[in-house]
Amino acid sequence: MNRRMLGKSVAVALIAGTALLGAACSGEDKPAESTGPVTITVNGKPPATDAVNLANFEADVKAFEAKYPNIKIDAKEGFMDPQTFATKLAGGQLEDVFYVYFTDPQALIAKKQVSDISAYLDTVPQVKDIQEQLMKVFTGPDGKVYGLPSANYSLGLVYNRTLFTKAGLDPANPPKTWEEVRTAAQKLKALGDGVVGYGDYSKSNTGGWHFTAELYSVGGDIAVKDGDKWKAAFNSDKGKQVLQQLKDMRWTDDTMGSRQLLEWADLIQMAASGKLGMYIGSSDNLPVIVNQYKGKYEDYGLSVMPGGQGTLGGGDGYMFKAGLSPEKIKAGLTWLSFKTINPDRIMADNEKASKAGQPVGLPQPNIWTGASAAKREEATKKFANVPSDNFAPFVAGNASIPLKLEPPLAQQVYAVLDTAMQKVLTDRNADIAKLLADAEAQVNTILAAAK
Amino acid sequence: MTVGASERLRRRIGDNLQAYAFLAAGLVCFGLFSWYPLVKGIILSFQQDNFVTPPYWVGLDNYRALFADPLFGTAWLNTLEFTALALLFGYAVPFAVALVVNEFRHAKGFFRVAVYLPVMLPPIVSVLLWKYFYDPGSGLFNAVLSALHLPTSEWTQSPKMAMVSLVLVSTWANMGGATIMYLAGLAGIPSELYEAAELDGASVWQRVRHVTIPQLRFIMLVLLLLQIVATMQVFIEPFQLTGTTNPDTITVMVLIYRYAFTVNNDFGLAAAMSVLLFIVLGAFSAVYLRLTRKAD
Repeated sequence: MNRRMLGKSVAVALIAGTALLGAACSGEDKPAESTGPVTITVNGKPPATDAVNLANFEADVKAFEAKYPNIKIDAKEGFMDPQTFATKLAGGQLEDVFYVYFTDPQALIAKKQVSDISAYLDTVPQVKDIQEQLMKVFTGPDGKVYGLPSANYSLGLVYNRTLFTKAGLDPANPPKTWEEVRTAAQKLKALGDGVVGYGDYSKSNTGGWHFTAELYSVGGDIAVKDGDKWKAAFNSDKGKQVLQQLKDMRWTDDTMGSRQLLEWADLIQMAASGKLGMYIGSSDNLPVIVNQYKGKYEDYGLSVMPGGQGTLGGGDGYMFKAGLSPEKIKAGLTWLSFKTINPDRIMADNEKASKAGQPVGLPQPNIWTGASAAKREEATKKFANVPSDNFAPFVAGNASIPLKLEPPLAQQVYAVLDTAMQKVLTDRNADIAKLLADAEAQVNTILAAAK
Repeated sequence: MTVGASERLRRRIGDNLQAYAFLAAGLVCFGLFSWYPLVKGIILSFQQDNFVTPPYWVGLDNYRALFADPLFGTAWLNTLEFTALALLFGYAVPFAVALVVNEFRHAKGFFRVAVYLPVMLPPIVSVLLWKYFYDPGSGLFNAVLSALHLPTSEWTQSPKMAMVSLVLVSTWANMGGATIMYLAGLAGIPSELYEAAELDGASVWQRVRHVTIPQLRFIMLVLLLLQIVATMQVFIEPFQLTGTTNPDTITVMVLIYRYAFTVNNDFGLAAAMSVLLFIVLGAFSAVYLRLTRKAD
């Protein structure tokens, strides 16, 4: 091939390559209208590294498709990632039925990024048994329903029953007020041997999270809606009371240990090592203490939030992408009522869990009331493998404590409140009034963006 | 006449077909991956878009909202503070290091690699490493300070130290490139100049002041402008070490991220802020281009 021919061939190849690149990047492919079975994309498929759960998930999909031959499930890995959510939505990659945390629905509803499913709820009879306050999380200001909850948690007091007994405290009657927490912490600390009476977080947003929980428990609020604007509400007597209590326990009583700037796993580890008397947590901490850090269920109790005027709760659920056809919404609801929001499955799930050595009998998650709650209770009794009596103070009292959700833009607000918690726990001269005033100013700039 | 002109045009295209073909690939790549997003970003700054319903025009509303946001000024001031501090450390340190390394008789290659090594780490790795160094609870720096019975610092958590802490990370991670460029420049300075200066009895400082700096003036100027453009886009250090809510360290890029992804979820607002940053950086780049063209 002479040089000229070679040059021409390269030129043709380049043009062809360029055209291909252009074609590859241009436009979106419109899916063909289908008249056959409805295919819905869902997320929550376990990763390949989690072989057991992936096998269970795939078996569920198979069973579902056998039962409902007109619905095909296209499952994707992963759950809610707020940082990639908008780009997935923009790129048309968001699943039809997608997982959310309780903190997401209101913003998605306000931005009209989700479908109204109210008209199709009668196809899912068990919805009437879901706790009303959890349904509210997925209900818009227009009264329409945009999603369904699948799991919930609310915070309480996790305590070490063995240490309680040693310190002469009654494990069946844990502290109900913050004053009692303070006294109990002193007795626990007096055991010596490095025992910390009460532990708390102040890092990686967990400090702000616990400040919120503690403020709710004494009847305070992080943010309130003033007209259609949100405003910080924690720079109050209640906010000061929460920080003062921590400051007194940390510096006056010295019952919180000298190691501070703790985050989620730290208190769990301390609890598992048997050196922590009390901390604020939820029932899902206990399997971590037992499985990961080799604690024993018998050692731990769970009670309601001290103060008892409110408990910070959260959880997760599923929503439907905006613009879905009625067939897809119905198919999505059928999938959820088969796989996730299904009181008739609890018995079989519990049996499977107990065989696999997973805990059965923890008080939460429990989204149910009425007949569905009864089904859950029966299934729990049959397969319980953890000492449910240890959670009796929580089960007895939690229903009467109002559930309060996280404030809007919770993680950003918590990041600011972390600083106040850090100061109080690391600086004996921390100026509580100034800390709260500074945090208030910063949180107000964040809340200005809340919808 | 028209026939002649069109014939000429045809021939000109025909003769240069290969050149156009080679150009096409580059043009399409630039068009798709640089210019199209750029234009799209500018359009987005005048729109509201939730990526579900069609976007609608809002005129200058996004820009008005920007100017009304108290963080807007804070972010620019913080960025300027970072740029100034980064110049103070990041501009002087590589120059000094290059001078010192250049003087070594032995193991020059080793020191060159050692200085350049941090540049080879993925940025997120170096930042996470420093996150551990700075941790006020169990971090390396405070552990060393308390072992020496010196007062510890809150590093990134303290309003006074936060920005300096970020600049240290950035300098450590990025100085390698500038140092290598200075070393190359130093190698190009004729040794006769130093010999003559020594014969005239010039001290070390005088040799640096009257020989090295004037000889390296052009490289120093180019690096200065490049560094301003780079440091004004600082993101990964404040984003990872102090987050998007800390008003002491929120920079322009972090604010753009905050507008788009964490607090506001408002892409129009983020695009408007990006357009402003683009204009500012465009001005610096224009100066840079002018200077380099002059030098050619």
